[in-house]
Amino acid sequence: MRKTISYAKWGYIFLIPFVVIYTIFALIPLLETFGFSFLDYTVSQGAVSSIRGGGGDTIVNNGFCGLSNYIKVMKSDGIFNISFRSTVVLWLVGFIPQIVVSLLLASWFTDIRLKLKAQGFFKTVMYMPNVIMASALSVLFFSLFTKSGAIDDLLGGPDLLKNEWGARGVVGFINFLMWYGNTTILLMAAMMGIDTSLYEAAQIDGANPSQVFWQITMPLIKPILAYVLVTSMIGGLQMYDVPYLIGGTQGNPNGVLKTLVSQIQLGKNSSVGAVSALSIIVFIVSAILGFITLKIMDDQSIKTRYGKKKKK
Amino acid sequence: MAQIKKILAGALALCMAGSVLTACGGDNGGSSAGGSTEAGKSEGGSEGGSEGGEAAKTEATPADAASLVNTGKVYNVYCWNTEFKERFEKYYEGAKDTALWDGVTVNWVINPNDGNNYQTKLDEAIKNQGSAADDEKVDLFLVEADYAMKYVNSDACLDVIGEIGITKDDLKDQYKYTQDVMTDSNGTLKGLSWQATPGLFLYNAEYAKQVLGTDDPDEVQAMVSDWDKFAETAQKMKDAGIFMVSGYDDTYRCFSNNASAPWVTDGKITIDPQIKAWVDQTKDYSDKGFNNGTSLWDPAWTAGQKIDGKVFGYFYSTWGIPFCLLPNTLDKSEDDGGKLEEGNGGYGKWRACKGPQSYFWGGTWIVGCYGSDNIAITRDVMLKLTCNADIMAQITENEQDYTNNKAAIKKLIDGGYTNPFLGGQNHLALLSDAAEQIDLTGKVSAYDQGCNEEFQGAMKDYFQGKVDYDTALGNFKTNITTKYGDLTMD
Amino acid sequence: MARIEGIAGENEDQMKLKIRQGIAYVVLVILMFVSLLPFYLLLINATRGKVQPGIKFIPESLFFKNIGKIFSEDYRANYGNFLKSFCNSIFVSAVSTVLCVYFSALTAYAIHVYDFRLKKSVHTFILLVMMVPTQASAIGLYRMLVSMNLTNSFIPLTIPAIAAPATYFFMIQYMASALPLEIVEAARMDGCGEYKTFNIIVLPILKPALAVQAIFVFVSNWNNLFLPQMLLDDANKKTIPVVLQLIKANIDSNPMTADAGLMNMFMVLAILPVVVIYLLLSKNIVGGVSLGAVKG
Repeated sequence: MRKTISYAKWGYIFLIPFVVIYTIFALIPLLETFGFSFLDYTVSQGAVSSIRGGGGDTIVNNGFCGLSNYIKVMKSDGIFNISFRSTVVLWLVGFIPQIVVSLLLASWFTDIRLKLKAQGFFKTVMYMPNVIMASALSVLFFSLFTKSGAIDDLLGGPDLLKNEWGARGVVGFINFLMWYGNTTILLMAAMMGIDTSLYEAAQIDGANPSQVFWQITMPLIKPILAYVLVTSMIGGLQMYDVPYLIGGTQGNPNGVLKTLVSQIQLGKNSSVGAVSALSIIVFIVSAILGFITLKIMDDQSIKTRYGKKKKK
Repeated sequence: MAQIKKILAGALALCMAGSVLTACGGDNGGSSAGGSTEAGKSEGGSEGGSEGGEAAKTEATPADAASLVNTGKVYNVYCWNTEFKERFEKYYEGAKDTALWDGVTVNWVINPNDGNNYQTKLDEAIKNQGSAADDEKVDLFLVEADYAMKYVNSDACLDVIGEIGITKDDLKDQYKYTQDVMTDSNGTLKGLSWQATPGLFLYNAEYAKQVLGTDDPDEVQAMVSDWDKFAETAQKMKDAGIFMVSGYDDTYRCFSNNASAPWVTDGKITIDPQIKAWVDQTKDYSDKGFNNGTSLWDPAWTAGQKIDGKVFGYFYSTWGIPFCLLPNTLDKSEDDGGKLEEGNGGYGKWRACKGPQSYFWGGTWIVGCYGSDNIAITRDVMLKLTCNADIMAQITENEQDYTNNKAAIKKLIDGGYTNPFLGGQNHLALLSDAAEQIDLTGKVSAYDQGCNEEFQGAMKDYFQGKVDYDTALGNFKTNITTKYGDLTMD
Repeated sequence: MARIEGIAGENEDQMKLKIRQGIAYVVLVILMFVSLLPFYLLLINATRGKVQPGIKFIPESLFFKNIGKIFSEDYRANYGNFLKSFCNSIFVSAVSTVLCVYFSALTAYAIHVYDFRLKKSVHTFILLVMMVPTQASAIGLYRMLVSMNLTNSFIPLTIPAIAAPATYFFMIQYMASALPLEIVEAARMDGCGEYKTFNIIVLPILKPALAVQAIFVFVSNWNNLFLPQMLLDDANKKTIPVVLQLIKANIDSNPMTADAGLMNMFMVLAILPVVVIYLLLSKNIVGGVSLGAVKG
């Protein structure tokens, strides 16, 4: 009896570093953002604070304004409305090929029958684009795909970056390139954790490869798949530098490269109230999507997390 | 366990220190104005705070050089790249008043302006100027024309004449527009520049001969002397398979510098007729194929500067000729052992003429910050680097930077200056004329940087035929009112 | 995709296997080329001059000249000592990585192993805050750090790594599949203290997960520009991405000093350590993963 009580205490103790540090460096600024989202708050970018005692500040704070910031960013030409859809599309354009290719590669690498040679080499190479700064990668690919760039010439000069789907494709491609190795490694880790006797049993039962994949592999890698999906989605909703470096603050062509975070970046120095509201909406949207995904993906692993032993 | 305790203790201490400091910070912010006691002028002189009611100061006599403060031990300079630092080290260090610098060191605070980073930090430093430690007070900061007004209209800048002690006589050789940019609504001059950046139209002499039958600058100038003639010539070029200009933004500065009103008046954004004229012209050029549909600095834009690049001309300012056009047009780069001589790509095959409208592009100004404890040094820096004809002639000769000093430039022109890159043409004379004609009175606002960038960006969709003008304008409006939350636009 | 999955019946004939192998190799080789292309182009650009119009696929001759530039007096005057910025980056990234991986594992362990009243709420809370875009509160954070006098300090660049929701998420997912509670119970039977159990028994089991996350965290810290750029003015404190931004600023706004060859060489040198660390750790990961598989 004494023991159980003391164990619970340990749970709290081990959480202290996280809670304290998170509170100082993230929670306080976050709560501040939440507060700002209800204020009619702008900072003038055309002025500097008076320093000769004349008063006059660059901050214009007209106090509590209810939900008007939220209404402003959600209306048809509001910054949430114009950037949310394009962000999701940009994410999907990169993520779909990424998850397909990564599942494919991970299953090849873990396939004992296929016996691929030089695996270590390929795995290493695949992950490498991730170590280059996103900005450097974007600048490089921009100069390849832009008008008269090497790839543009090779393709006969389609000037892809001026075409809506072309520009999306290039951004998706860069994101794919940066993350497919990462995802492959994670999925591989999950697949290698699967008990090989399961596969042997399935083989004896006469299951075909498709059945094996969907009924054994997929369910068993669900926790990691959920992790990949959720983190990629969050990363996607926070996408910024790649589309920014390709399309500028206007997200050219035609705003399809505008992202939620590019709007935050655009207004963070001045439209503090509106941008705070946008941040809170991004947070809520991400949270909802994240939880739906987790629920769908893996009811079981959520249970496991709360202390029940996984059963095979 | 012991480890955890230590970390915990540390974190708690941090947390507490944080809240205490936050509180202190707030207090200081409120009382910052009273904090500074070393400012050049007494506090009383500027009690009014904003510029209002201080018109008398405009004609104020220069501050007495001997009475300027010089008590600081660290001279803090805020800038966004190393350009000024290089000038400073090469041309000021050797000429400085060593008595003033006794025991004083320079501290360069360089923050690239990516994502508005430079201004954010500078503004924060200015705001805390009153409470900052002596060694951390901003002494000098740099600004660009596109946002200079923001600082000029504040009380953060020292009056060049009344507070720094530069005399009208010291300033007589500077180009007027370089002072207009830095003059506030009461006529007080707030900053100076060592360079002037008038622009020219640089054209490919081979194409000129081939299509226009001459490469003589005067004759070519006659064919591009206004926008109608410019368009006629463009048609001829088009017929010969050559683009008149490379991209959408090329002619932008010609129009924006000649606007009748600034982008922003009383918190409202307006599209000036000249800006609209740029849109109409560029749309027209794009539809007719007079331009190659590129954007500034794109690889395709740069590639047009090769001698067979299929682009007739580029609008470039002083600095663009040696540092952009020249390296871009060479076949074998200087680094790679290429020689600066005719036969190496386009070397010697470009010419300059004034073009349809005078304009300027770029430029950096230095500003003394209120509350500085080394104003005497600021005076010395300004005198040597922006007023001294000898030093400035030297800069122009060595660095090909067009300096802000008519006497220095005249000396070079009279000395028979020729530029081999431009086939022996004397382009300083052209620049000198152009610089005299720039007039910026009442044309600049504090928001020009964002407005120019966002507007040019938004219009690209229109030029490419993706959206109509009204949609592009609407996109501009959404972007600019997010970037500048305090502005409105109809 | 499913057809290519490995576990098929014994009746699958050799021919089919060979074809699948062939397809796999072709795909891998294509991906290899695409993945290595940026590195190749960077290396080529590092051999080129100050102005680099267009893309080239054949190296020029300035490789050593560009290296020389990075260690020259001019460079030092403009951008500070390269080795110093390099060491700053190593320090910040290494400390952040160790703190992040260790404390995320500890936090996940607390939730995974112990039963206490707030457990579920804490877990939900951490998952929730994982979704917060970091840019959202950056301005507030900056003002706070200024008032705490923490600019030009490595503290705000390292200590916050202790609270990393995404790494926590990975760790707890991994524990769910690889850390049976029986191990902890067994340790308790042997009279091992709770904190000691975590350090001596649990951490080694988590090694594969720690290695994977260590790379992710190290790389993202190594490349992190956002906060360091806001906080570091002092030339002696600047990290590699901050200096790179300065070199880029000269390319964008100071054509006189602009030097693309220097910038690309800088990027090559900046990428080098991450590549080396990755190559060193990648063996551990693959090995670690197979170890996990044996246990599975």
